[in-house]
Amino acid sequence: MNGHHRAVRAEQAERLDGAEANPADPAERRQRWLRIALPIAIGVVTLLAWDLVVRVNQIPHYILPGPLRVAEAMVNGWDTLWPALMVTVQITFMALAVAVIGGVGLALLFAQSKWIEISFFPYAVVLQVTPIIAIAPLILIYVDNTHIALLICAWIVAFFPILSNTTLGLNSADHNLLDLFKLYGASRWQVLRYLRIPSALPYFLGGLRIAGGLSLIGAVVAEFTAGTAGKGSGLAYRILETGYRLNIPLMFAALALITLTGVLIFILFTALSHLLLHKWHESAIKRES
Amino acid sequence: MRAPAAQSAAAAAAVTIGADTPPPPAATRPLVRMAHVSKRFGNGVLALRDLDLDIGRHEFVSLLGPSGCGKSTALRLIAGLTSPSSGAIDWPERATLAPATDIGFVFQEPTLMPWASVFDNVNLPLKLQRRAPAAGGGTAMEVDAALAMVGLTGFERAYPRELSGGMKMRVSIARALVTRPRLLLMDEPFAALDEITRVKLNNDLLELWHSQSWTVVFVTHSVYESVYLSNRIVVMAARPGRIVAEHVVDAPYPRDEEFRTSPRYNEHCRIVSRSLALAMEGM
Repeated sequence: MNGHHRAVRAEQAERLDGAEANPADPAERRQRWLRIALPIAIGVVTLLAWDLVVRVNQIPHYILPGPLRVAEAMVNGWDTLWPALMVTVQITFMALAVAVIGGVGLALLFAQSKWIEISFFPYAVVLQVTPIIAIAPLILIYVDNTHIALLICAWIVAFFPILSNTTLGLNSADHNLLDLFKLYGASRWQVLRYLRIPSALPYFLGGLRIAGGLSLIGAVVAEFTAGTAGKGSGLAYRILETGYRLNIPLMFAALALITLTGVLIFILFTALSHLLLHKWHESAIKRES
Repeated sequence: MRAPAAQSAAAAAAVTIGADTPPPPAATRPLVRMAHVSKRFGNGVLALRDLDLDIGRHEFVSLLGPSGCGKSTALRLIAGLTSPSSGAIDWPERATLAPATDIGFVFQEPTLMPWASVFDNVNLPLKLQRRAPAAGGGTAMEVDAALAMVGLTGFERAYPRELSGGMKMRVSIARALVTRPRLLLMDEPFAALDEITRVKLNNDLLELWHSQSWTVVFVTHSVYESVYLSNRIVVMAARPGRIVAEHVVDAPYPRDEEFRTSPRYNEHCRIVSRSLALAMEGM
């Protein structure tokens, strides 16, 4: 079928023509540049305004320090901030890892039987809707090891988006493809391995991106609670401590580090998502307007 | 099990088909026999009522009818994707075939796995049936052969999103062909494509069917497509789904653009359209 082959080539050529953007296009290049420059400009303007407000109104640094003072505090206090940051990051990622294992594992179990899902899902929801700030003190009482208590708190917050998204994804396999697998006598395991899990991947990654931010929040909330009980070593504990001592510049520095960590986690999982999906999923495919 | 009248109709079909066609449907043992098949869905809708249909070997049968006439359900019943509420679907030569390897199914949508390359999509049926990775290069050769049949050699590494609608449908057909099925079931496969692509795929499909020893059951709602492709058209009516007429298209193969514009083609279309109109009136 050589003639058809040529026709098919033409079909594809036609499609590629319209689809590829030209990177040398000056308008395209300016857009890309603005995409980076604009948010940076907003940030710089905000910092300048902040600095100006502090200077003009002569606000004392124990109420609102200027940005330079915060930077200075960050540099000077790095020796205490860095270990604290590491503690918080460690708890965040361990909690996230456990949330991924637990959430995906439970979702796979739910996918095996409607009845398992019906039996357990309400309790997953209960866990999700109970405010972590309210149960963290209890967990800290019942669990002797503070580290593990913090981990449990962060896990409770992080695991639900992974569970619910993965469950949704596993149930979202194309019905015609399910029929096709049935036609060829696929085993339960083959359907899961070759159809349900790949279908669930974009949903799981969406859940992971939410859970990454939430596990940081969970870790910080739990540290606050533990901090008020006098046992703590993470960044949130530093914030509490600096608050007591009215070392507001260091407090701001710790706060900035937490925010930065959250942003980095978000970027990390966005990049991971792009890496895994860019070849095929709609969410990762650029469209020309 | 079948009425004598139907038997003679089958005999008549064998007579009226031109000399240039593949061997006529065997009068003795059809490939698939549906006898008094009814299907009622869980919601109480009677999708098919008392369907009697023989699919002979090497036939190209079209199921033609308005939406809701149960033509897709009939296809799914043959494929074993759903089971009849009453009646029987028989494979008279079942002893010699494994239905799973013997059926290829093409859906209205290409139904490809977006995360898998063209090669992996076409390889899927082989992977599912072997239950284990095949030793040696046998699988790759079979996939290459299927892709060559639909004119997609060289696109193994492409992903579905990089392909046009017509090319996706070709991949879907290659996937159905890769197990070398004897029976190809197609559920309005070209309905979503543009006219030009549809005509091209019609011609390619006919060419393949003519050169290979297949049987095709083709669901469509297009009179023109069914006349162009089939040697037998089964006209169905809805509510409940049932067969109301059968029409033998006795034009010889290979068919081409000349046939598409011939008075003979128009006459067949006229007759089939009238049957279809009668079927719609009864609704």
